[in-house]
Amino acid sequence: MNLIDAIVQGILLGGLYALFAAGLSLIFGVMRLVNIAHGDFIVLAAYIAMVIIQSTGMNAFASLILVVPLMAALGYVIQRFILNKTLGDDLLPPILVTFGLAVVIQNTLLTVFETNTRRLSAGPIETASVAVGPISLGVLPLLTFAVAVGLILLLEVGFFRSRIGRAFRATSDDPATAQAIGVDTRHIFALAMALSFAVIAVAGVLLAVRSNFDPFSGPARLIYGFEAVIIGGLGSLWGTLAGGIVIGVSQAIGAQISPAFQTLAGHLVFFAVLAIKPRGLFPRMD
Amino acid sequence: MTQRLSKPALRVGLGLIVVAVIFASAPLWAGRADLRLIGEFMSFLALAVLWNLLAGYAGLMSVGQQAFVGLGGYMLFIGVIFLGLNPLVAIPLAIVAGAVAGAIFAPLLFRLEGAYFAIGTWVAAETIALIFSAIPTLGAGAGMSLPVDAVRAIADSRDGREAVVYWLLVAFGLGTVAFAFALIRSKPGLSLMALRDNALAAGSVGVDIWKARFWTYVAVAGASGGIGAVIFLQKLRISPTSAFSLTDWTVVIIFIVVIGGIGRLEGAIIGTILYFVLRELLIDFGAVYMIVLGIAAILTMLWSRSGIWGGVEKRFGWSLLPTRRTRH
Repeated sequence: MNLIDAIVQGILLGGLYALFAAGLSLIFGVMRLVNIAHGDFIVLAAYIAMVIIQSTGMNAFASLILVVPLMAALGYVIQRFILNKTLGDDLLPPILVTFGLAVVIQNTLLTVFETNTRRLSAGPIETASVAVGPISLGVLPLLTFAVAVGLILLLEVGFFRSRIGRAFRATSDDPATAQAIGVDTRHIFALAMALSFAVIAVAGVLLAVRSNFDPFSGPARLIYGFEAVIIGGLGSLWGTLAGGIVIGVSQAIGAQISPAFQTLAGHLVFFAVLAIKPRGLFPRMD
Repeated sequence: MTQRLSKPALRVGLGLIVVAVIFASAPLWAGRADLRLIGEFMSFLALAVLWNLLAGYAGLMSVGQQAFVGLGGYMLFIGVIFLGLNPLVAIPLAIVAGAVAGAIFAPLLFRLEGAYFAIGTWVAAETIALIFSAIPTLGAGAGMSLPVDAVRAIADSRDGREAVVYWLLVAFGLGTVAFAFALIRSKPGLSLMALRDNALAAGSVGVDIWKARFWTYVAVAGASGGIGAVIFLQKLRISPTSAFSLTDWTVVIIFIVVIGGIGRLEGAIIGTILYFVLRELLIDFGAVYMIVLGIAAILTMLWSRSGIWGGVEKRFGWSLLPTRRTRH
């Protein structure tokens, strides 16, 4: 029974990891950029939400009305004025600049908010649960999972059906030609990053009501998201959901064996997938 | 042969010998605190030169070097405490362990490209750290100390031990510089330079990219293991947090190389000197100096990718360690 319970909880946790992964996968799909500070921006979003909640008394979920546009604007600015300058043939600049950003964000958060662990309160919903047969499901994990699936569906549909999605795909396939026919690629890249940051904002708030966070919580979120991306297969948003679930379930089963084994189990499964199916479980067919 | 005995190589060789003699004689004229500082400088210099070989030459952007430093440190403690080895004998063991770990991870990690490779090396380091923190006989999360008797095997007096550890660190620091210089001027080094400049073109003229990268990665992993062993021989205590510290063994090293000049041997040297100066100046401000280093690295990447030494080279045409080949 414990095992089934662990698997179900792991699947729900996987939804959150898929959210971490979706923002990462999105910008990689559009501009082949990997944002090493991704996890730190998730934590930054959590702190921004915390400040907003403390100063306005808003509900944690209501704070998204402000956190999402703020983060999206930040993403646009960072891409437009910093990261666009690093794109090109050389692999190192984008990696090193986002790596530098990660360290700067962590230490700035440390200076402003100190090392205390924080958590956002979402009210009675935190402890609410529904019984499905013998298993009791937390409303919050269920909600997180539903939001993840909904957002991924929205991104997937937007990517293939909308005008801006077409511009994203055109720029991704052939930036030079896209630019030649009048697409402002720098603007498109910045919009993609803004979208990624909007997802980061949602992920940050959901993370913060679910678990404790501190200035150095970011790297682990990056790593879980990254594992979900690679396990799912590069370029596939539904793959990232599957990858997130694989990591969530591995961690939940690992934790059943021993608490020390929780994160390790996820890493070991990641390396196993890399050894057996290096292109991931759902490689995108071109 | 003419290549090896060429003038610049001879000059650099002589220069290194002079520098080595000066540093090696330091226990005669420097105090204990100074020795420790120079020793620490040498360990950072070695790690910076090694990381530069990986990222600057082989195009392998690793953020997981703490895996090998920590593993080397733990192998020293395991060798001394559980196998009863003399600490000096345990150091080669740490080198072998680092190289073997590198050889195991490389084939998996090389399946990831660019930035994904970087994060993959990080996961590898986390995995090793988690494994060590889960082993109760190694003190789990709390770590362990080296017994005094075992340390006595190096030298009886405290000053004697400090001097031996210091010499080891100097050997690793200057040895790594000399090794990197010789490597880059050698034939395999040429493949590395070609890789650095254009991986695709290098592949098309017959450089086996995978092999060149594999051996660089394994060699750097082994050397990092050895340096880790000496670093923790000096500290006499090890724990998963200190052994596998991302900040100490990778973040700082990356900033040193980026600011000093990536893909240039002199860059690692200048960067390490600058880092120690900055650290002494800003030590009281804690997190601020990491913010300063981070911003400096970002600005370097945005405006002057070849770092400080790249600027010096362009402006004055200087070269401390000439690796450029000229026709004779």
